[in-house]
Amino acid sequence: MGIEVRLPTVLRSAAGGQATVSVEGETIGEVLKDLTNNFPGLGAQVIAEDGTLHRFVNVYLNDDDVRYLERLETKVVDGDVISILPAVAGGTL
Amino acid sequence: MLTISQIYLEEMIAHAIKEYPLEACGLIAGKSDQVEVFYKTRNDAASARIYTVNPGDYLKADRDAESKDMSIIGVVHSHTHSEAFPSPTDVAQAPDPSWHYVLVSLKHKDPIVRSFAIVEGNIIEESVVSLNC
Repeated sequence: MGIEVRLPTVLRSAAGGQATVSVEGETIGEVLKDLTNNFPGLGAQVIAEDGTLHRFVNVYLNDDDVRYLERLETKVVDGDVISILPAVAGGTL
Repeated sequence: MLTISQIYLEEMIAHAIKEYPLEACGLIAGKSDQVEVFYKTRNDAASARIYTVNPGDYLKADRDAESKDMSIIGVVHSHTHSEAFPSPTDVAQAPDPSWHYVLVSLKHKDPIVRSFAIVEGNIIEESVVSLNC
């Protein structure tokens, strides 16, 4: 069955226009590695140079922000849905 | 061009006024240039000068939009004391060049709503067409 990853519009062009892709892995880190191996254009937009999650994206495992779980070490199982969303911020500063 | 019902325009302004003096923020969903839903979101920054859309609110809005066969097509936020024009921070942090960036200014007696595209650092204003429905 695999793990479903939902992509925001801004990342879809790097994934052949797909809104949802199916990947493999046992942790969030492995899933994102599989995702970026399949779609190299996503790599720098999801994972920072230091190997951590890019600060401009939020990654959800089902309903939970993985930063409040075990981050890239968070376990996943078949049937989980991972959502990648851009951080949305700004202001007058 | 951004097409939006008068009701949602009024909701955006009411949300900005309610959150004042803090910046208010929200997301819009629809298809392309047509706003079908306005989602109020929490400003995690809780600031008069910056905003951060609560990621959990974004996730809920995104799922709701998808269930209606729509997408998130832009973000709305207020400028409490400056014009309805993207700041350098807005431009630097704009996440998606296909989005509409709607600003509600409370600087003047009457609130002003304007919309922009932000593409590779360039600000392109677009007309806002309100529909009476």
